[in-house]
Amino acid sequence: MPERTFLEAIRSALIDEMTTDQRVFVLGQDVGVKGGVFLVTDGLYQQFGACRVIDMPIAEAGIVGAAIGAALHGLRPVAEIQFADYIQPAVDQIINEAAKLRYRSAGDWTCPIVVRAPFGSGIHGALYHSQSTEALFTSTPGLKVVIPATPYDAKGLLIAAIRDPDPVVFFEHKQLYRTMRGEVPDGCYTVPLGTAAVRRTGRQISLFTYGLMLHHSLTAAEQVADEGIDVEVVDLRTLYPLDRETILASVRNTSKALIVHEDNLTGGIGGEISALISEHAFEYLDAPVRRLASPDVPATAFNEALEAHFMLNADKIAHALRELAAY
Amino acid sequence: MTKTANVEPATLSLAVSNDPVENTAYITDFSNDDPAELRSIYRMMLLTRRFEERTGEMYTKAKIGGYCHLNLGEEATVVGLMSALKPEDYIFTNYREHGYILARGVEPGRIMAELFGKDTGVSRGRGGSMHLFDIERHFMGGYAIVGGQIPLATGVAFALRYHEQPGVVICQMGDGTTNIGAWHESLNMAKLYKLPIIFYVVNNGYGMGLKVENGSAEPELYRKGCAFRMHGERVNGKDPIAVRNAVQRLRLMAQDDGEPAILEAVSYRFRGHSVVDPARYRDEEEVRRGREDDPVLRFAQNLLDAGILTDEIMKTMAEAIEQEVAAAIDFANSSPDPQIEDLFTYMYASPVANMPGPEDALEAARIARGEF
Ligand SMILES: Cc1ncc(C[n+]2csc(CCOP(=O)(O)OP(=O)(O)O)c2C)c(N)n1
Ligand SMILES: [Mg+2]
Repeated sequence: MPERTFLEAIRSALIDEMTTDQRVFVLGQDVGVKGGVFLVTDGLYQQFGACRVIDMPIAEAGIVGAAIGAALHGLRPVAEIQFADYIQPAVDQIINEAAKLRYRSAGDWTCPIVVRAPFGSGIHGALYHSQSTEALFTSTPGLKVVIPATPYDAKGLLIAAIRDPDPVVFFEHKQLYRTMRGEVPDGCYTVPLGTAAVRRTGRQISLFTYGLMLHHSLTAAEQVADEGIDVEVVDLRTLYPLDRETILASVRNTSKALIVHEDNLTGGIGGEISALISEHAFEYLDAPVRRLASPDVPATAFNEALEAHFMLNADKIAHALRELAAY
Repeated sequence: MTKTANVEPATLSLAVSNDPVENTAYITDFSNDDPAELRSIYRMMLLTRRFEERTGEMYTKAKIGGYCHLNLGEEATVVGLMSALKPEDYIFTNYREHGYILARGVEPGRIMAELFGKDTGVSRGRGGSMHLFDIERHFMGGYAIVGGQIPLATGVAFALRYHEQPGVVICQMGDGTTNIGAWHESLNMAKLYKLPIIFYVVNNGYGMGLKVENGSAEPELYRKGCAFRMHGERVNGKDPIAVRNAVQRLRLMAQDDGEPAILEAVSYRFRGHSVVDPARYRDEEEVRRGREDDPVLRFAQNLLDAGILTDEIMKTMAEAIEQEVAAAIDFANSSPDPQIEDLFTYMYASPVANMPGPEDALEAARIARGEF
């Protein structure tokens, strides 16, 4: 099986799905001639032409709104927002329009769009090129929110998202683009939306996470394994709707839960998972559910040291695991 | 030199070519100008040039990280505008703003320190290149979200009117920014409420990799106010005097008559969108021609021809600027980083319960030292 970076996996999903399905097209700022700011769509313009790889003006609300309209009339748009930080102008279109179309038309209309956006800190992007914005969408019924962590999943989940008849917001951690490599098959395949994956089995603590934090969590789990702390690591993959069965089964097995995300603590998906566990697995718990998240600060500061303190890393996760193990 | 678009756009002809590379008309009659002012305009253009070149160098040396956009090629656009402003005016810019804040009189060292992310920087290392502020000089910030500054600038103009204060707001942005909704909403409000504001559009040919005409159905951007009956002009952004004259005039219109305006300065971006952009999407010949028409060199030549500059003065100036920029870099280099203990300061005006505070910052500092 060929090795691909996370970025190449996403490109390969777009190419394969565009080849298979003529209805699929890509639109966004500089996705065409320039090939995207991160070069995710590099070469697509040459391969599929200006009609299917469309350079759009700087107008996020318009880009997503037009994608919604195109989807209403039989197309399968994949809209790229250059950075998750720029999705805000389009939030109105996503939450007020895309999420509600099927429901308010009593099922007559369908809105099969994908909105892709790179997110996350750690590249000195400062205040407006570092944010995690998934929590804006994980409380919006009608949407699906997907965040892959491995190249294999990135491709399979993206194809599943494009084929899904409902709107999907698809976040890609920009630190994974070039650093993460893995086996990615040629040709189309899907990874089903709404299913989490157990990446490491363990008996003492369940760690729930996604995106870049999966990799820091796996490293942390290895670190504490030597100390006799046995951690199960669950990659959520779809944040909305959550895979309740996998989450609850894991925590019923281990009796302790730690949720790790780069998004802010308050309002992040960790609170929802914690509530889910206390509602449905309370009697299995041997410790309070713990959350480890970025602090509730308006934005990541530019300075390298401040940014590093804002960010989670394997050491901080290992520290939280030790505390929870000792409870 | 400038052309206006008032209510009858269809009848207009252009004095300034739509092709950013092809602007050839320059003011060369300086008889009504103060030579000292002309020299100081040239000096600021040269300072911007050197500051930006060395900034690019510092980026390559990894002294500066993240995203960094330079004003190279836009020195006349920047300095022409700034030289027409008064202390009471307010300025909002996009993220390509080093030159604007320099020309507003902020010490180069404090700007360079911000680019380095240091505690002595204008935003105390929190903002970096794209988010420079100086409250005393009414420099209201660089904005990294395209169009983020436009409604805010409109609001400051509203406040000026409300307080019945003199002054205007300059809302600087790039060509690509005239395509976002916030621009249209703000133009409408500015005209509706007769606000003292100039929407200053730097047309450098590209919004990242997208040519102006591929992003805007109306590529003559100064005409985009027609739907709001807003006055618009286009000026050669490579000529600092043409820019200054236009801004001076529009400033008075905005301040005294409540007539907001669009001023489009046609310029050329010498390098890629940001320091790391190789800009392969640009045609080599276009880039060659664009750079050949260098606003700094041309203004120097025009002033030499008019006897306002001499080789001797230019040499002395260049040496002083070289040292000034070197001193700014030294200052940035030797400045301290922000304290980790300050990680959670500046969140709210007064202490707020249940938000991260000084104790959490101390713990972060402990973790940083490996003391878990
Ligand atoms: C809302 C939003 N969308 C997209 C971007 C990404 N982006 C940053 S700069 C830029 C191009 C802006 O071009 P222009 O307005 O012409 O300014 P210039 O860079 O040429 O000075 C884009 C698309 C952003 N920062 N914010
Ligand atoms: Mg531009």
